[in-house]
Amino acid sequence: MVEIQNTPPHADAEFHHHHAHATTSRHEHGHHLLQVSHLSVGFRMYDIDAPFLSAEQRTVNVIDDLSISVHEGEIVAVVGASGSGKTLLADCIMGLFEPNAEVRGEIWFDGEPMDAMDLAAARGHGISLVPQGVSHLNPLMRVGRQVDGFGYSRAEQTERTARRDKLFSRYGLAPEVAQLYPHELSGGMARRVLLCTALMDDPKLIIADEPTPGLDLDLAVAALDDFRSFADEGGGVLLITHDIELALRVADRVAVFKDGTVVEETAVANFASPDLLEHPFSRALWHALPEHGFSANDQDHPIPIQSTAFEQGGSSDGGDATC
Amino acid sequence: MLEALSITFGYAKGDKPLYEDYSLEVAPGERVALVAPSGRGKTTLCRLLAGYERPWSGEVLCDGSPLPSSGTCPVQLIGQHPELAVDPRLRMEKTLAEAGDVSDELLAALGIRQEWMRRYPHELSGGELQRFCIARAVTCRPHYLIADEVSTMLDALTQAQIWHFLLNWQAESGAGLVLVSHSPALVERVATRKVLIG
Repeated sequence: MVEIQNTPPHADAEFHHHHAHATTSRHEHGHHLLQVSHLSVGFRMYDIDAPFLSAEQRTVNVIDDLSISVHEGEIVAVVGASGSGKTLLADCIMGLFEPNAEVRGEIWFDGEPMDAMDLAAARGHGISLVPQGVSHLNPLMRVGRQVDGFGYSRAEQTERTARRDKLFSRYGLAPEVAQLYPHELSGGMARRVLLCTALMDDPKLIIADEPTPGLDLDLAVAALDDFRSFADEGGGVLLITHDIELALRVADRVAVFKDGTVVEETAVANFASPDLLEHPFSRALWHALPEHGFSANDQDHPIPIQSTAFEQGGSSDGGDATC
Repeated sequence: MLEALSITFGYAKGDKPLYEDYSLEVAPGERVALVAPSGRGKTTLCRLLAGYERPWSGEVLCDGSPLPSSGTCPVQLIGQHPELAVDPRLRMEKTLAEAGDVSDELLAALGIRQEWMRRYPHELSGGELQRFCIARAVTCRPHYLIADEVSTMLDALTQAQIWHFLLNWQAESGAGLVLVSHSPALVERVATRKVLIG
């Protein structure tokens, strides 16, 4: 599944491995940092239309034959409709499966094929999550303690505190911030604290799930500069967002997500013109941008439309948890 | 005319108020965009205009009279977080019924599917919920509609669909529209007038 190739940086928008590359895309050690191949996720659920006691179980597919890859040194943005299963993809990469989920496909991380146990083991040890906001922190505990983490010996704990101090100073957080509670952080501080939490364990891959909701574009771009510097040092970032304007400003490549699969994985450069985009949905997205046509016409589904991924009663996570 | 007449408002009594002696007028048929960086009180102004907050001094008038304290408000607010604007214990059909009878044409225009009506809010995505919130607000026949970052959580295509609906509705009803968006491109596209705050 993973093609071994020791290629130097790609020309912009060069097309191979079934996706276009950006100039920053590198295949260090001859493989993708993260490669997801033919991933399908379905949920077993009861037929909602059947009478209560005689309802049969069936499987509703939410992610269908999805492939995506992240190279070292790049930010890949996953953009797509709300409810199309973007957050579910993040859950799969971190090995967080609902009990009623049926998952098929292959995930390779840093050249190793991963199964569910490996993915769970890599969570926090190679793959880290930057969540949406401080609501993911314990509101009753000072943030420094939470960034340090738990379950370490006293010596390790001291070491981690020192490491946290270093990270805090690197990202412009005063040492006093460690003594604050989550609700006392401003938006910008919260962003950095969450990033430091992810960086504590020296990850190779960061998954950022809608890290900038409600920030205006300039602030959001500033927020993502920290991800940029992480990627420039050889990490990979999977940026999950619905905001295509933002994705185009900071990402190297964009994966267009629709109805539970990636319909196109392309370099940001290709978004300069709709003619460079392969899939009709990517072109529809391009035309729907306010600075372009602001057109609401999806060629496959004339309006009114909505993504069909959750049409059968919703999955256990009810669509994008972010919305 | 929707008017804020020299309103003063802040959240903490001791602090400097967010708005001091602030006035704003929105005429029917206008689409006014409120523009300001994050944290300058755009949402607060929206809440004041829709009667969710009462100003310390000054008043908000809709067509010359103060906002009613009961019954349907002629100024309707659609917010940024649709999941907080619906009762989690009600099926969507009940939530819609809060506004009265919702016509099938309206549901079709917003792309609300019949099978969503029996679902609970947690079984729908943000974009789907936002359509319900818009249907509910529009069914109240508001004279003024306040759209506070209504499409922030949506992808570009859904955003375009929702805004096309709102623009059509506004053209037909002649209502006034106040909008907040962090996307300059969207403001350029939609607004007839921009108001800078702060």
